[in-house]
Amino acid sequence: MHKNKITQALLLAAGISLVATSFSTMAANVPAGVKLAAKQELVRGNGTEVASLDPHKTEGVPESHVIRDLLEGLVNQDAEGNTIPGVAERWETTDNKTFTFYLRKDAKWSNGDPVTADDFVYSFQRVVDPATASPYSWYLEMTTMTNAADIIAGKKDKSTLGVKAIDAHTFQVHLENAVPYFVMMMGHTTVKPVHKATVEKFGDQWTKPENFVGNGAFVVSNWVVNERIEMTPNKYYWDNAHTVLTKVTFLPIENQVAEMNRFLSGELDFTYEISNEHFRSLKKEHPESLQVKGNLCTYYYNFNTHKKPFDDVRVRKAISYAIDRHIVTDALLGQGQKPAYFLTPEIIAGFSPTLPAYGKLTQKERNAKAKELLAEAGYNKSNPLKFSLLYNTSENHKKLAVAIASMWKKTLGVDVTLENQEWKTYLETKKQGNFEASRAGWCGDYNEPSTFTSLMEGSNTTGGIHYQSAAYDELIKRGIETTSAKERTELYYAQEALLAKDMPIAPIYQYVMARLVNPHVGGYAANNAEDKLYSKDMYIIAE
Amino acid sequence: MLTKKQNIDAIDSFSENLEIEGRSLWKDARIRFMRNKAAMVSLIILCMITLAVIFVPMFAEFTYDDTDWYALHQAPSTLHLFGTDSLGRDLFVRTFIGGRISLMVGILGALVAVVIGTVYGAASGFLGGKVDRAMMRLLEILYSIPFMFLVIVLVTFFGRHIVLIFVAIGAIAWLDMARIVRGQTLSLRNKEFIEAAHVCGVSNWNIIRRHIIPNVLGIVAVYSTLLVPSMILTESFLSFLGLGVQEPMTSWGALLQEGAQTMEIAIWQIAFPAAFMVITLFCFNYIGDGLRDALDPKDR
Amino acid sequence: MFKFILKRVIEAIPTLLILITISFFLMRFAPGSPFSSERTLPPQVMQNINAKYGLDKPVMEQYTTYLVNVLQGDLGPSFKYKDYTVNELVAAALPVSAKIGSVAFLFAVFFGVSIGTIAALRQNSWLDYSVMSTAMLGIVMPSFVLAPVLIYIFSIHLGWFPAGGWLDGSAQYMVLPVLGMSMMYVATFARITRGSMIETLNSNFIRTARAKGLSFPYIVLHHALKPAMLPVVSYMGPAFVGIITGSVVIETIFGLPGIGKLFVNAAFNRDYSLVMGVTILIGLLFILFNAIVDILLAYVDPKIRF
Repeated sequence: MHKNKITQALLLAAGISLVATSFSTMAANVPAGVKLAAKQELVRGNGTEVASLDPHKTEGVPESHVIRDLLEGLVNQDAEGNTIPGVAERWETTDNKTFTFYLRKDAKWSNGDPVTADDFVYSFQRVVDPATASPYSWYLEMTTMTNAADIIAGKKDKSTLGVKAIDAHTFQVHLENAVPYFVMMMGHTTVKPVHKATVEKFGDQWTKPENFVGNGAFVVSNWVVNERIEMTPNKYYWDNAHTVLTKVTFLPIENQVAEMNRFLSGELDFTYEISNEHFRSLKKEHPESLQVKGNLCTYYYNFNTHKKPFDDVRVRKAISYAIDRHIVTDALLGQGQKPAYFLTPEIIAGFSPTLPAYGKLTQKERNAKAKELLAEAGYNKSNPLKFSLLYNTSENHKKLAVAIASMWKKTLGVDVTLENQEWKTYLETKKQGNFEASRAGWCGDYNEPSTFTSLMEGSNTTGGIHYQSAAYDELIKRGIETTSAKERTELYYAQEALLAKDMPIAPIYQYVMARLVNPHVGGYAANNAEDKLYSKDMYIIAE
Repeated sequence: MLTKKQNIDAIDSFSENLEIEGRSLWKDARIRFMRNKAAMVSLIILCMITLAVIFVPMFAEFTYDDTDWYALHQAPSTLHLFGTDSLGRDLFVRTFIGGRISLMVGILGALVAVVIGTVYGAASGFLGGKVDRAMMRLLEILYSIPFMFLVIVLVTFFGRHIVLIFVAIGAIAWLDMARIVRGQTLSLRNKEFIEAAHVCGVSNWNIIRRHIIPNVLGIVAVYSTLLVPSMILTESFLSFLGLGVQEPMTSWGALLQEGAQTMEIAIWQIAFPAAFMVITLFCFNYIGDGLRDALDPKDR
Repeated sequence: MFKFILKRVIEAIPTLLILITISFFLMRFAPGSPFSSERTLPPQVMQNINAKYGLDKPVMEQYTTYLVNVLQGDLGPSFKYKDYTVNELVAAALPVSAKIGSVAFLFAVFFGVSIGTIAALRQNSWLDYSVMSTAMLGIVMPSFVLAPVLIYIFSIHLGWFPAGGWLDGSAQYMVLPVLGMSMMYVATFARITRGSMIETLNSNFIRTARAKGLSFPYIVLHHALKPAMLPVVSYMGPAFVGIITGSVVIETIFGLPGIGKLFVNAAFNRDYSLVMGVTILIGLLFILFNAIVDILLAYVDPKIRF
């Protein structure tokens, strides 16, 4: 019996390695000379539990990570963040208003149905359909797709959306304004296709493993809420021959230390993020596993310009100047974050403006300037400035708030009350405008400055609503309307310059994405700024 | 609740007791408590800790919110006796100042549990029948109401007032105690001396006060000391919801939470606050035991 | 017995009704809505979402609709986990919590009572002090400290147990969470048992028994243990429900798909229907286990009448 078991195991192992070798000859993405492991299973940390697997009902990053493996949009990204063909083999436009996508004929859903232009028409209409109530429907509005805004507002029928299936494999989109970066925007989760028949048959239940039909490289095979999502290769996927992994597991682990521990005990192949406090010790003890890359996100404080004391631009400037951003990035964070003087992070494509005047000063000069401005605004020792800083509960936000409040106190003698609220209360407080200064942050939806600068538009409830500048809104409008790429870039710089002048926000730092990646994971996109990681590009290297 | 006449009666009967026994129950208890070495030592240590958390921060070299960018995560040294935290703040002074709110919350939570929990549980168990069932169903409702929403709503309507911490802690502290006391009372109710008191025409309230409560004090003393650490930790959960102490002020619960995140790299950040909590808990523990022995009516 | 159960069942109805009413309105008073997010949705979309989940109707109407649905056993769709209903989520999470919670509970009762009894028998000896001091550490050391320590030792260094996960819930995944969950309760049960046992051993009937010359272990097992269990049994109800539904820290650290985490996340997400569903579950568990505790109390002390 015992002996039999061993033989069995040996045979089994041999069989697996045979399969693996045959893989390695097929997998073109795997560099020559790399020996693949027998077990091609990847386990990824994914932050929080996903709200849904329906791309038209989600808005978060964890959802995007999972959906990216399950559904394929018109375009994908390569490891460097360049836009590459997805379901669309190629595309063309002459005026940046009408885009024609030629879909690959071998693209199939996981039930064998072909992926057609009609699927995209159905899916795009579903996003803007008020009945779907997609939280990211505004994304199509941002593209200025014909009638998108009116459909979302319930003024027009969804069939009037500017999308058309010219034939089964030709998909056309009409925009109201020229948007040269439109193709890039088509890599987002919100514009992924869904399988019409399945969605209509199962309604809200269509994402369940037993019902799921997708066109991505993987299909859901098991989903335990708050524990794991497992997926296996989609054998109908057009490029399935190049999929090396046999199983991908996403684990929702909210606690960073818990996640790190699961990594260190070998249960996770890569983490979602790293706790700040552990970064230095991990760098010392596990340098081979540490991966840091730039990220399209900015951390900032925003001021309520409608309320005292921040209705005075001098106070806003003084408070912003007195933040020692180098202490924040180097001493407190220290993972490679960079000080921010713009709302738009500098790694974003085609964005390299000159620093605003205050960004070029030394901290000492900035502090002196801040003191001057505050005195001008009428605050001094006998009449010290007092305000409260709102942040949502989190160790990291708390740490920075305490540190920055202490900078303000030391350099300006300002008395700051820190106020933390759990997320939903925080959102409500901000919505009501019931704050003086508040912590905020934003991550880009696509790699272009407008994903950031549009935040401060007066109608934008995330930031601009507390700014409301006619001059800024005008610049945004011109940026959308212009047809010249050069002029658009200039307008982005002008928008940033205006923000530096009015200081409705104090940019603090530019994020990095730091995580632990087991060195045996191959194909990890270490330079993708949007952190678009495709499991289909990854493989496990033999130890 | 007592009328003036009842008050006078109570005092009369009390003084009668004095004449007969020569020593009151409480005086007797105090003498016995003072004889208990472990309890007395604990009481002294606890008093010292209390004085320290009040006065040490006043005379310390650093203040609790002094950040120092060049002394992040420093191990204990002669300058920083307990080391520093992730913002370079001196943990010595923070540990002491954190004790202020934690001791208050811990002691108050235990007190609320003792007073409300004991009276509620004793009344429920002694009165029995329909009253008992109604009181227990009410308890079940209070147990099940989502506490988090209660806290969030409290903060929304009344702001972040320090009194609210005690309201929130008080609201949950006594529930378990009431269940335990009620269980004991159910059993005591059938004892001969209670029946005797009944026959003698002693009022229900007086039976509860004079006979039931003294007989359950043993378990009350034990359980209330167990409540102290959990109340201290509940406080840090409250600050998570925006109630409770706010940074840069701190509490032992908050220090433990933070320290737990950095255990592997900076053990001192959790060790010192934890040590204080352990010492405090042990003190409460022995004081509780001492009180139990001192108040035990059987042990005369 | 039958009458007792019948009474409890009848009483449970108004109890749950009051609980549902208070929780329902308490939740609506809390700021934020299930669908508030950083970028406020266009009014039309918001209106559609509200219509979809019935939030556009007056609160009183929502309340009555909810009650009617609950009576039919329908807890509604989850507002956050849009692919699931509350019934599905609770049905998936409860077995996990129940399994791990029962093991932790039995573990805590067994070791707590044993330790407490041993300490009481050797009152004020070195054994008493050392055993009780160790147990007390379990109370002071909160689970968010204990659990990472366990993981550090047994998963990362020794590699004996996984650092988290549930999978099929096999034994190896349960060891560390059960330890992390039960330490506090072991200590609490030990303290209560010890105190109660000392009191019982000092009482007259034990002295009488000893005077009669019965052996001490016999007295402890046959005369003292049962009455000394009275406060332990009283504490069992809240302890059991607490272990099952309140282990959010352990569930978060070990990545377990249990009720505690579901509940806390639901509250943070303002997932109204899920919060209500779990609240009703907790209420039911309390009613059930308090009834069981009452039966046990009557067993421990047969004189007890309700």
